[in-house]
Amino acid sequence: MSLTTSVPTSTSVAPDPVALAPARPRVRRRIGSVVVRVLLPLAVFGVIIGAWYAVSELVLNPQQRFMLPPPHEVLKVGVLDGQNFSDMMSALGTTCKVTFAGLGISIVLGVSAAVLMSQAKWIENSLYPWAVVLQTLPVLALTPVFSFFWGFALTPRVIVCVIISFFPIVSNTLFGLQSAERSMHDLFTLHRAGRLTRLWKLQLPAALPMMFAGFRVAAGLSVIGAIVGEYYFKQGDPGLGTNLSVFTSRLEGERLWATVLTASLLGVAVFVFFGWLSRRVVGRWYQSNRS
Amino acid sequence: MTVLTGAPALSFEGVGKRFKDGTLALTDTTLAASPGEFVSVVGPSGCGKSTLLRIASGLDRATTGAVEVASAQVGYVFQDATLLPWRNVAANVGLFAELDHLDQRERRVADAIALVGLGGFEKHLPHELSGGMRMRTSLARSLVLDPDVFLFDEPFGALDEITRERLNDELLRMFAVRGFTALFVTHSVAEAVFLSTRVVVMSGRPGRVIADVPVPFAYPRSPELRYTPEYAARCGDVSRYLRNAS
Repeated sequence: MSLTTSVPTSTSVAPDPVALAPARPRVRRRIGSVVVRVLLPLAVFGVIIGAWYAVSELVLNPQQRFMLPPPHEVLKVGVLDGQNFSDMMSALGTTCKVTFAGLGISIVLGVSAAVLMSQAKWIENSLYPWAVVLQTLPVLALTPVFSFFWGFALTPRVIVCVIISFFPIVSNTLFGLQSAERSMHDLFTLHRAGRLTRLWKLQLPAALPMMFAGFRVAAGLSVIGAIVGEYYFKQGDPGLGTNLSVFTSRLEGERLWATVLTASLLGVAVFVFFGWLSRRVVGRWYQSNRS
Repeated sequence: MTVLTGAPALSFEGVGKRFKDGTLALTDTTLAASPGEFVSVVGPSGCGKSTLLRIASGLDRATTGAVEVASAQVGYVFQDATLLPWRNVAANVGLFAELDHLDQRERRVADAIALVGLGGFEKHLPHELSGGMRMRTSLARSLVLDPDVFLFDEPFGALDEITRERLNDELLRMFAVRGFTALFVTHSVAEAVFLSTRVVVMSGRPGRVIADVPVPFAYPRSPELRYTPEYAARCGDVSRYLRNAS
């Protein structure tokens, strides 16, 4: 019974399933994925711009047009005007600060809370309902309370941001920590692994894909949270939310829409960043594990 | 193979197991394996074979009776390879050694990987391996412990016939090299007879031992053993008991 009959020697490399596939379909698939991933979203972008022009030029009469100025006006006044642009960039900087602080705090608090809940059913039963309540709280109604404690500047903005982005992190992390199969737990039970070892070597790695999915959702929400916070707490550096409120009251449609789009781009950027990070950290074993 | 005397490496004495939901899985099961014996357990589905292993390993507790395992390290190979998908082959093989804080981990891992014939695949992730290779990794993970007692819970049940036979051959080679005591649960009579010094047949639920068939063929056993009339006769014996069992 020889060892070497069934497996290659140490210098050989296992065949890569993709490399084994015939070359032509692979090229075609790549072209197909370019169409799906780039051209189709661009086509939809074209439709949206077209619809925007249609509403702006055809539906609204000139007196109403400030509500939705046509795209080129938004670009000209809101973005290409030097002073307006630098104002917006400094507002974007402030919003980024609030977003990242809020998201960072949410991740630390959310993951810690979920780890705690995963350790005992009674902790989960006592805390989880309150995480749900926190999510359903009408934050805006609480703004007077927040300003009483934390004033009207950056701190209450960050707190609003945390409240809005906290829940998906808690729920996804908890779900992920509980996702390791029983047979995997048996391996650790068999070798009398302690709670920390089990958490560190089994539950947390198993939870990572779901945690990242939660971070992505929370990332988008944290931008919304920052902007909602800025809308109400206007002292200190103006953020995008502060400007939204100002431009709305001044009926400056062009700058308003430029700010709206910038805020949404920030959300997309944070979302894409976490997608990329997720692929970097768990992509090697997770995606291919599913297929 | 000579009959070994002295204390058994593994023994069940009147073991019964009733689950929380009231199901009686095992009743009055008495079974022992001497050091260096390879004992297979066959029986109808749901007869408590796996429960027997879970009790031997300490994952489950017997409701009645006594279980003794005379070994500091017990190897346990599950039905599924149960590899951690984020760890490569070497890191999966090293898991138990890591959990038990064994010394000389790298050498142990390298030895085990060589013994199961996975040299060159250390850096591969589980999803990049075939079913057979995953099972080899799972075997290596326990071999690292150099256990005196090895529990196998239908490890090759999900593999195709050719892979299964090849892994049977290799398992016997490991058995010869490492000299452990094995308790091997399987559905396959052919596999049980090929591997074992004894085949134990269990009844349907609640499970208990109804026959104990010695397999007298000498080790090392060549793959050709499978085509001899003596081997077929033994398989026939076990199958007859099994048919009466269900």
